[in-house]
Amino acid sequence: MIALLMRDLRLAFRAGGGFGLGLAFFLILAVLVPLGVGPEPQILARIAPGILWVGALLACLLSLDRIFALDFEDGSLDLLATAPVPLEAAVSIKALAHWLTTGLPLVLISPVLGLLLFLPGEAYVWLIVSLALGTPALSVIGTFGAALTVGLKRGGLLLSLLVLPLYIPTLVFGAEVVSRGAMGLAVDTPLALLAGITAGAVAILPFASAHVLRINLR
Amino acid sequence: MASFWEYANPLKFMRTSDWLLPIVAVAALVVTATGLIWGFFFTPDDFRQGSTVKIVFLHVPAAMMAINAWVMMLVASLVWLIRRHHVSALAAKAAAPVGLVMTLIGLITGAVWGQPMWGTWWAWDPRLTSFLILFLFYLGYIALWSAIDDPDTGADLTAVLCLVGSVFAVLSRYAANFWNQGLHQGASLSVAPGTRMDWAYKAPLYTCMVGFGLIFLTLVLAGTRTEIRARRMKALVTRERMA
Repeated sequence: MIALLMRDLRLAFRAGGGFGLGLAFFLILAVLVPLGVGPEPQILARIAPGILWVGALLACLLSLDRIFALDFEDGSLDLLATAPVPLEAAVSIKALAHWLTTGLPLVLISPVLGLLLFLPGEAYVWLIVSLALGTPALSVIGTFGAALTVGLKRGGLLLSLLVLPLYIPTLVFGAEVVSRGAMGLAVDTPLALLAGITAGAVAILPFASAHVLRINLR
Repeated sequence: MASFWEYANPLKFMRTSDWLLPIVAVAALVVTATGLIWGFFFTPDDFRQGSTVKIVFLHVPAAMMAINAWVMMLVASLVWLIRRHHVSALAAKAAAPVGLVMTLIGLITGAVWGQPMWGTWWAWDPRLTSFLILFLFYLGYIALWSAIDDPDTGADLTAVLCLVGSVFAVLSRYAANFWNQGLHQGASLSVAPGTRMDWAYKAPLYTCMVGFGLIFLTLVLAGTRTEIRARRMKALVTRERMA
């Protein structure tokens, strides 16, 4: 399993793996929004939590089809399915690799983008905490969506249509944590709900993902 | 007494629905027409809302069926996943577009009602928002069905999507509640004492709800029959080609 994780990470980091595309997308979004709504710091500070969360969500979405597509094409997914390691575990590892190459960099770069959007000073901690808690859920839910659409020829748009509604609860609670943090309110409730969603998704969704992968591979 | 599971046999299902469908269709037409005419022309105007209140006879039944259709799809998906009855998967497939349209009717009549009452076509109210989200779930479900060629794979994948989607739809409902306080009134009908609606409205409203339920049943039966026939046709064409 560690070998699988290392293999996925190497594939993502080396040339053609697309590592960094998500980050670049996140950055472009943070540049486009002020260009679209105007440079007033008050307005930007007000919408920054939502923009940063939506940006992280879209950047995550962008890289989802890579999770299984290449392995499906060259047949290594069939090998994984017949390997002694249960497919559920392999799916979890793939989600983890996706998070390490997409979610974690987003978490790390988000304070810089918060600076660009005049995010209030008190909110930085909560931005990092909420993204660190929420992006694993995005990766796991996205893995389920990628597993659903793996065999399809033009799965990209369909994948977005399937996954984005599933992202709604995570987005609502994640952005709420940051906005409450920015206003200096207590963040316990949305933070606990966000953590609950992540824990539930990580615990249950790999089984659903493995099930639909088996259907797609038969 | 015949078991419900006999209808898992497509032949049996076709034979029964053959005589059942016209009866249900006529009943749906009669009951809905009665309810709507009664509601639109033979109920008094509300003392505050005037005659705009009468859109309730479309709005509430449609909204109810939008949710019930999803629940029916959930049950049918479970039956397919557990007992592998093809009729069940096809019924879930047939129910999705009906549910989608019911959601749309709920949203549109709500907008038409909200314009004079709240002064706005749309508000980011939890109920409205969760209905829009339900609409997106229906779209995703239908899109997945239409994207997959192999019928059994399609049935399996959409069934799992329906299960996972149901969990997230409920979560979204609570997320939306948490996210914003609403303009929308509370439940129109309630079994709690001190109900909010007079019988002059409630009787036609119940009639409309039954009528919409019958319409749903009619459309799902017809849709399932179409799907079964399409399958048969496919099998015949394949056999022809093999010969």
